[in-house]
Amino acid sequence: MTLKRTLLASTCATFGLTGAAFAAAHAEAPPSANDDVLKIGLVYTLSGPAAALGEQARNGFMLFAEQNEMLGGMETEIIVVDDELRPDLASDKARELVARDAVDFVVGPIFSNVLIAIHRPVTETGTVLISTNAGTSNFAGAECNPNFFVTSYQNDQNHEVMGAYAESQGYQNVFLMAPNYQAGKDSLAGFKNSYTGGIAGEVFTELGQLDFSSELAQIAAFQPDALFTFMPGGMGVNLVKQYDQAGLSSIPFLSAFTVDETTLPATQDAAVGLLGGANWAPDMDNAANEAFVSAYIEKYGAVPGTYAMQAYDAAQLIHSAVEKLGGDLTDRAALRAALTEADFDSPRGDFAFGKNQFPIQDFYVVEAVKRDDGFYGTSIREQVFDDYVDNYADACEME
Amino acid sequence: MTNLFVLQLLNGVQLGVLLFLIAAGLTLVFGIMDVVNLAHGVLYMVGAYLIATFAALTGSFWWGLLLMFPAAIVVGLVLEVLVIRRLYARSHLDQVLATFGLVMIANEAVKIIWGVSPLSVPMPELLSGSVPLMGPLQYPVYRIAIIAAGLAVALGLYVVVNHTRIGMLLRAGATNRTMVSALGIDIGKLFAIVFTMGGVLACFAGALVAPILSVDTGMGESVLILTFVVVVIGGIGSVKGAFFGAILVAVVDTVGGVFGPIWLRSVLDPSAAGQVGRMLAPMLVYILMAVILFAKPAGLFGGRG
Repeated sequence: MTLKRTLLASTCATFGLTGAAFAAAHAEAPPSANDDVLKIGLVYTLSGPAAALGEQARNGFMLFAEQNEMLGGMETEIIVVDDELRPDLASDKARELVARDAVDFVVGPIFSNVLIAIHRPVTETGTVLISTNAGTSNFAGAECNPNFFVTSYQNDQNHEVMGAYAESQGYQNVFLMAPNYQAGKDSLAGFKNSYTGGIAGEVFTELGQLDFSSELAQIAAFQPDALFTFMPGGMGVNLVKQYDQAGLSSIPFLSAFTVDETTLPATQDAAVGLLGGANWAPDMDNAANEAFVSAYIEKYGAVPGTYAMQAYDAAQLIHSAVEKLGGDLTDRAALRAALTEADFDSPRGDFAFGKNQFPIQDFYVVEAVKRDDGFYGTSIREQVFDDYVDNYADACEME
Repeated sequence: MTNLFVLQLLNGVQLGVLLFLIAAGLTLVFGIMDVVNLAHGVLYMVGAYLIATFAALTGSFWWGLLLMFPAAIVVGLVLEVLVIRRLYARSHLDQVLATFGLVMIANEAVKIIWGVSPLSVPMPELLSGSVPLMGPLQYPVYRIAIIAAGLAVALGLYVVVNHTRIGMLLRAGATNRTMVSALGIDIGKLFAIVFTMGGVLACFAGALVAPILSVDTGMGESVLILTFVVVVIGGIGSVKGAFFGAILVAVVDTVGGVFGPIWLRSVLDPSAAGQVGRMLAPMLVYILMAVILFAKPAGLFGGRG
């Protein structure tokens, strides 16, 4: 069984590559554009400890797709695949989506390492890839690609938001903590981009560490003005609970991807009052957002996070562009132009694409709160950046 | 600096008593039954899942803890009868293979029963919050409670091992197994009791950490290696050795992990010190083990040379 599947996958991969070379050489529409079905492949992490993030994104996309059965007025077929947070597997599955299933769009993934693995297999065939979360610096800068759109952010931005906030609060002494891997190092670098004050301590923890007693002891001993941390997933849940138990709540807790709607159901009261950087929060005051959040809560019984909102916007983006073209996806230049217009109402308010096809949007400091409906969620505290463009866009020269 | 040292010392002792609870069972099973049980970490994980389930069912941490014990005894007995009993006469390699298989089966079974996302156990109201130590320092009440519970178990074990009939058999079994069975003791029953008791202690450790850590499938493996280090340092089969070994390993790990880099900074330039410190900190425990085994090859309190 396994052998058979591997064989199948590698065969598909080989065909995918050949097809890819052909399409790139002729810069023409991929064969998928010629049928009357709009096929979309979703690639998300749907198993393992990080499954909650992928589920939110899938739910966000499916919410819009189910509200509008015919996306862009076309018969719509959506194929969901699980990348298992394994880049090798993800790249095989992306090739299958493009070559065998002939999808028009690939949407996803959550994690940057998966994005890097699927970027080339998808975009080189002329198929459009829309990332709803990961936004690595290389694809925002020199390696930007006309077939690649991002509805989330550039990876550094949420960390920069917290740096700018720490700067504006006049903190002189911030304790920094992140897991010891590439994204953790990038996070602290991003924070320091916009923060010029002193550093009380800089600690890299083991990836997957669950007991932070030793790091919390250092924070208690140094008594910094604030803590900045990047602890996604289960690490963040444990850190937040232990921070509260250690009686450190008087020290401001600044974070990115640590206190959000995917971790709040587990941390609950322990996280209330903690701060994060984000491009949106579920309590933003506009009609599009109210419709999105209330529909999501009604359907899934949970508060949507940015993962869900950004995937919902990807569905809106496809809908708006395909509708403009009247369902004709053969003119690729027209398709890209229609996508670039981003003609839809995002729940986050201002939204436009920059020249690298990454969003130009506002960023906020958000605070974890217990909502009136009894759920926990984030809430806008103050705006930090207005129509913020990422630092890499200048290096992008779109062909 | 004193503040940090005091806090780290407390953290070290807290980790130490947890390690002791797990290591006590492991060292007895290893020392008396001569079984290498890689699945001991599984019992720690099962304890955490059991309390998570019972606490959710009853809505109370305390009921969860109480119900965890009979369930843990059942789990220990079933494991002994189904798997471990068949391994006594086998070679160590067979035991490693079988118990490693058990680890994988248990992890997958836990995923099937409880799902992939981590569970959380509410902290009991009585033990939440923190108490002021000195100056601005605070320490979580719950971690103090863990230290107290661990020390109480250690005291109880001390009484059982040194002043009861079953304890006498345990000590005799750890020193010379063949002689004990030659004297007409029902060794099968003794083994079942030892294994179950060790399993219950590991489950108790898992239940204790459940409110501070998230309950997750991999949690057993993360402590198992450190526990083996404790058993080897303390001396195989010695409960006393497990206690002092656990405290020593945990204090070196937590205090050394923080003060190593600080001390290095006074010798090397800061960035190099940071690099070296990050690499050295996780190795400290193993360096300690090498030094102790060099001086005392049977461990600190090892009975057999």
